[in-house]
Amino acid sequence: MPPIAQPALDTSPEVSDEIRKTTCYMCACRCGINVHLKDGKVKYIEGNKDHPVNKGVLCAKGSAGIMQHYSPARLKAPMKRVGERGSGEFEEISWEEAFEIATGWLGPIRENAPEKLAFFTGRDQSQSMTGWWAQAYGTPNYAAHGGFCSVNMATAGIYTMGGAFWEFGAPDWERAKLFMIFGVAEDHDSNPIKMGLGRLKERGAKIIGVNPVRSGYNAIADEWVGITPGTDGLFILALVHELLKAGKVDLEYLQRYTNAPYLVNSDPKSPEFGLFLRDKDDKPLVLDRKTGKPVAFDKPKVKADMAGTYKLKGVTHRPVFQILAEKYLTDAHTPEAVAEQCGISAERIKRIAAELAHVAFEQEITIDQPWTDWKGEKHDKMIGRPVAFHAMRGISAHSNGFQTCRALHLLQILLGSVEVPGGFRFKPTYPKPVEAHPKPHCKVTPGAPLDGPHLGYVRGPEDLCLTGDGDAARIDKAFTWENPMSAHGLMHMVISNAHAGDPYKIDTLFMYMANMSWNSSMNSTKVMDMLTDKDESGEYVIPRIIYSDAYSSEMVAFADLILPDTTYLERHDCISLLDRPICEADAVADSIRWPVVEPDRDVRCFQSVLIELGARLGLPGMVNEDGSATYKDYADYIQNHQRRPGVGPLAGFRGKDGKGKGRGEPNPNQIQAYIDNGGFWIDHIPDEAAFFKPWNAAYQDWAVERGLFDSPQPYLFQLYVEPLRKFQLAAEGHGKIQPPDHLRQQVKDTMDPLPIWYKPFEENVVDLEEFPLHALTQRPAAMYHSWGSQNAWLRQIHGANPLYVSGEIFAEHGFKDGDWAWLTSRHGKIKVPVVKMDALNAKTVWTWNAIGKRSGAWALDEKAPEAQKGFLLNHLISELLPPKEDGMRWSNSDPVTGQAAWFDLRVKIEKADPGDQISQPHTKPQKSPVGQGPKNIAYGEEF
Amino acid sequence: MTTLPQNTKKRLGLAIDLDTCVGCHACVISCKEWNTSNYGAPLSDVDAYGAAPDGTFLNRVHTFEVKADGSNAQTVHFPKSCLHCEDAPCVTVCPTGASYKRTEDGIVLVNEADCMGCGLCAWACPYGARELDKVEGVMKKCTLCVDRIYNENIPEEDRVPSCVRTCPAGARHFGDFADPESNVSKLSAERGGLVLMEAQGTKPVNRYLPPRPKADVSGDAQIDMPNPFLTPATTKPEGFLGWLDSALEKI
Amino acid sequence: MHPAPSVIIFTSLSGIGFGLMAWLGFGFPPATGMTAFIFFFIAYALAVGGLIASTFHLGNPKNAIKAFSQWRSSWLSREGIMAIVSLFVMAVYAIGLIFLEQRWQIFGWAGAIFSLVTIYTTSMIYGQMKTVPRWSMGLTPALFLLYALAGGALLAGQVFPAALLLTVLTVVQYVSWQIGDTRFEQSRHTIETATGLGSLGKVRLLESPHSSPNYLMKEMVYIVGRKHAQKLRIIAIVLLGIVPAVILLFVPFSHMFAGVAVLSHMIGLFISRWLFFAEAEHVVGLYYDKR
Repeated sequence: MPPIAQPALDTSPEVSDEIRKTTCYMCACRCGINVHLKDGKVKYIEGNKDHPVNKGVLCAKGSAGIMQHYSPARLKAPMKRVGERGSGEFEEISWEEAFEIATGWLGPIRENAPEKLAFFTGRDQSQSMTGWWAQAYGTPNYAAHGGFCSVNMATAGIYTMGGAFWEFGAPDWERAKLFMIFGVAEDHDSNPIKMGLGRLKERGAKIIGVNPVRSGYNAIADEWVGITPGTDGLFILALVHELLKAGKVDLEYLQRYTNAPYLVNSDPKSPEFGLFLRDKDDKPLVLDRKTGKPVAFDKPKVKADMAGTYKLKGVTHRPVFQILAEKYLTDAHTPEAVAEQCGISAERIKRIAAELAHVAFEQEITIDQPWTDWKGEKHDKMIGRPVAFHAMRGISAHSNGFQTCRALHLLQILLGSVEVPGGFRFKPTYPKPVEAHPKPHCKVTPGAPLDGPHLGYVRGPEDLCLTGDGDAARIDKAFTWENPMSAHGLMHMVISNAHAGDPYKIDTLFMYMANMSWNSSMNSTKVMDMLTDKDESGEYVIPRIIYSDAYSSEMVAFADLILPDTTYLERHDCISLLDRPICEADAVADSIRWPVVEPDRDVRCFQSVLIELGARLGLPGMVNEDGSATYKDYADYIQNHQRRPGVGPLAGFRGKDGKGKGRGEPNPNQIQAYIDNGGFWIDHIPDEAAFFKPWNAAYQDWAVERGLFDSPQPYLFQLYVEPLRKFQLAAEGHGKIQPPDHLRQQVKDTMDPLPIWYKPFEENVVDLEEFPLHALTQRPAAMYHSWGSQNAWLRQIHGANPLYVSGEIFAEHGFKDGDWAWLTSRHGKIKVPVVKMDALNAKTVWTWNAIGKRSGAWALDEKAPEAQKGFLLNHLISELLPPKEDGMRWSNSDPVTGQAAWFDLRVKIEKADPGDQISQPHTKPQKSPVGQGPKNIAYGEEF
Repeated sequence: MTTLPQNTKKRLGLAIDLDTCVGCHACVISCKEWNTSNYGAPLSDVDAYGAAPDGTFLNRVHTFEVKADGSNAQTVHFPKSCLHCEDAPCVTVCPTGASYKRTEDGIVLVNEADCMGCGLCAWACPYGARELDKVEGVMKKCTLCVDRIYNENIPEEDRVPSCVRTCPAGARHFGDFADPESNVSKLSAERGGLVLMEAQGTKPVNRYLPPRPKADVSGDAQIDMPNPFLTPATTKPEGFLGWLDSALEKI
Repeated sequence: MHPAPSVIIFTSLSGIGFGLMAWLGFGFPPATGMTAFIFFFIAYALAVGGLIASTFHLGNPKNAIKAFSQWRSSWLSREGIMAIVSLFVMAVYAIGLIFLEQRWQIFGWAGAIFSLVTIYTTSMIYGQMKTVPRWSMGLTPALFLLYALAGGALLAGQVFPAALLLTVLTVVQYVSWQIGDTRFEQSRHTIETATGLGSLGKVRLLESPHSSPNYLMKEMVYIVGRKHAQKLRIIAIVLLGIVPAVILLFVPFSHMFAGVAVLSHMIGLFISRWLFFAEAEHVVGLYYDKR
């Protein structure tokens, strides 16, 4: 028989009519995407090869953008609530009516008491704009979601070394030989991290993953350290102990680039005990090794001594390094002392310390690139310690997270591996010292703007946001003695505080893109009660709620007025250097979103709505003298707003000719220039400026040229953070501004100027015999918070979440596959399905974050697995610690920054009767204002 | 066309690196996205927003846990799609001639115009590489993006399967296994590329590069150092400060 | 494997239908006219009914006609062709017997042999599946042929051959189950060979690729409880073999008892065929850690 011919096949089909390049928004990575359009519909989304963030790759979420864009959960028009709060009953209204309602509420508040508006935004990427709006409005009550997300890491990083992990810096993927990663989630910088890990693997570098759970990045780590949650600081300080004991620290680096030589007042009786010795110009002093005399820290050609001491007027002053060495060389920090608590053997800790030292000092790398430092000293090459670290929420979402993050920075700096080849590198606009950041502002004047930016970095007790009588000025109690360095605010406390009227009652809660009634709040059930609670007069305790979201989330059901946002493919945005930019360690970069497709619903980009609202309210900066609106919409703002003369939301293509880099007049064709350039702008850092940035004169000059700073801002790393000591000193009774007595001990104990470890607070307030286990969430790579559940493709991957239980606990309780369990904390009880996992810290259970959904939300069937089997750990976590005798409300947060201590949670587990196989608690359904999604879909039929 | 070619000029396929795959599902969705609106019928999703969503996917990532007695367990993410076998049983069982293996490059395809949706090919495949689309009623499988890899409307550097182009960690490699000098042949040779279920006699083209040994499982430090532990900087009576002083002197 | 009603009905009915046809083709019973019509009607109804049932599980039946094209490699294609050939050849024979009182024996023999070959091809659809070790053995075609011949003999009223064949079938079915139970282990396919990760330790599935079941799991992974299966096996073997054989051997012939024997056999057949699918484990289940 003759072979039958193969069918004819067109191997070169047309892919699309047009490719439009914009920025992804399926998570916080902000990758560049090529959106392929055919007949006006989105056909295919792929990574943009030229883009600095993702260089062509794209994750599952990014590729599922089509399903997000065409999601049936999209809101269709503005709505006002017609049923009870929480029911989900709404009536569609016109935009005009929506604006009238909003201005009707917000106008009088501004005239009388602007603080009665609490404006909090969630996972948006426009905080420089929303903050500017809130400042013009005049309320002190503004922040984004950082308080429940990242503030420990941000604050620890900035106070210590002028920049943080998260996406603000990156390991030197091309040169690192040993990489240690602690508790990193996959919702920030995930494609760059995956690309980097791939690159390390290709080069044969070693990866050590420190995480109680061996999932995701830890699965491919060459060595997994399944640490017990909350003990990372202890582990890190044991590594520090080992390195110090062996003298394996980079003394020259410490001497040149850190405050290790600063002289510290070491007289416990002195009112300046623990503060730096300073000269007339307020410059900290170091000992000159040659002369033995104290000199200003920045005096050129001085080799600072760290081995001597200096006595002045009977007061001994010791260099930071001596205090530090003394602190960590104690027996409390030996590997043997911490091994059991950390769940890591002493031998292992010692071996890892030896590996770090070996790679840092025996495998040193050099780049033949001369550079000049800030003191004018020339260096003929760049020397690198190829040990890099990265960390995220796993170490920071604890009540000891701030100090743990600090401990990790201490370790990096002792090894001399920050801003050097092979180490951890900052991405512009970082490095940026505390001094270059604003302080917080909270002075309210009715009918006028706030006295300055809301959020900032306190230098001491004098910068706290307190009223005359010492009460919190902000509704979230940020920048108070409860959490003095709460640089991102405390969004997670807003509803709870507003409901309690503590520190005061508010009138309107205005939120954007934060699912605060569900997965973004601790204590979700109680938060829903607070949002629906009424006072004696039958009015809601939180009188008015305005909410903007693109989708029918759980929070929508609790708002009185809904302002529907667009999808990410329908809108303008700027990923701005004024905000959280997309820069690389080697380059400054920013990017835009633009409407690659037009909305087919009566929805508007939230920022445009905010601008119109500002204009209608007559907010300064948003109206011209004749009363007309300054900006037509967000795009107009992006292109024409100037934060400082010549510096605006977008740094690229500035000036009338479009050639300005970082600085220049507004360019009327700027957005088009971005579109023509693939949606982004990038400018590479000169080679001589690429490393040692905080101390590199070429970098500092370049940063000024590009408008990152207005003058060079060189600085030294602060191993010893003096502002922390200032708070401690106040708590010891010094100074005019004093903490309330009930917080005195906490401030003394936790605001140590050198990194410390203390037990997570939860462990002090629960019976550890009763609640022996740690409970955590991990972020699945294919989901971003709650957004993914409406996505027909992604929800098939993670439509329900089991509780993963370590093999030991599984066996101990006689669990079998398919069993259910009660998981109980001091605060609540949930019923959940269990699954066994051996690659897990033996004392830990965990689940995927934010898979559980409320019935009726996200346009899903009420019987969707997300609502039936999916669950949240949030119900087990309280925003408050249990009451003490003092009658105060103690927040379940880091005492330094206020970061929500999600991961402190302790639980017990018991076998449950599977019953109806529905997870508990089961919140009663909300009505979907957008109906339910279609039964079947077959996307792509039309192409 | 259900008889198999004696041999194919090329043997195109994937080398999937299990040591690098973080299990992010990027390849799964990129595959879905490309293939739902390209080759053949869309990949439908039944009950897409309902209680039991069930869609057609040509590539899925399993997560396994592997544990040897007395040592730490490890997690392995395992992407699985068609292995484009040389002795593809899915092709020979096909009664209508819809399934075939291309003579030029060895890609196994379903010609949907001929498929009657009997599902026998899916039964014959040991790897679960074929899924019958519930809406269209035809068999769907990985095409190795045959409509990308030769597509003249796509920039040359992008003429690789969608899953390979998108993989963030670079765990997926595409190439010609018939050419011993190709990237995939070399990788497979260097890393001992695994053949799945060899005893089935299917001679799969795709190879899996096994996870490298883990330090916490094998107990080896991996980094080559003279001493496993650090030794104290000083044991002299002047102690740490004495050491510090002399160390500073050397700078 | 998913015990889909369409394939159970298909293999059961067409098997017994072609079995009856084979007996008729060989001239047992040597009926003509109306009696022959009734026999052939039953045989065709079963065989064709089974074949029609088989199309119910097709996703895209409009292409079913193309199934006759791939006889060179595909047992399913061969089965289709052989079924049609058998039905045609047997039709000639049947027309002769029913309408012309003519016994064209050459067509009868050919039709009977083709019918048996059809059954063999049906059995090889399953028997060829290396992916299903329980099916992939010589006993599978033997079993299918025995089912057809025994059932056919029963329908054809061949009392002693039927009794004998039913007894043999009962034994072979029992043996098939016993041997079948060991086939997966003998195939040496494990989750370790499926993943290639065996050198690292014991492998288990931690997370399924998707949280909801997919086509592969629904089609190829069917779990039947061991005790449940044992019970069904006993019921099946009693009904399909022992009851009819006992009736045939020890109860004086009557149409009612013959009907009971046939009914009993058919129920047993359906149960055993359900087990044939439900108990068959596909190696793809290894990737889902389900066996």
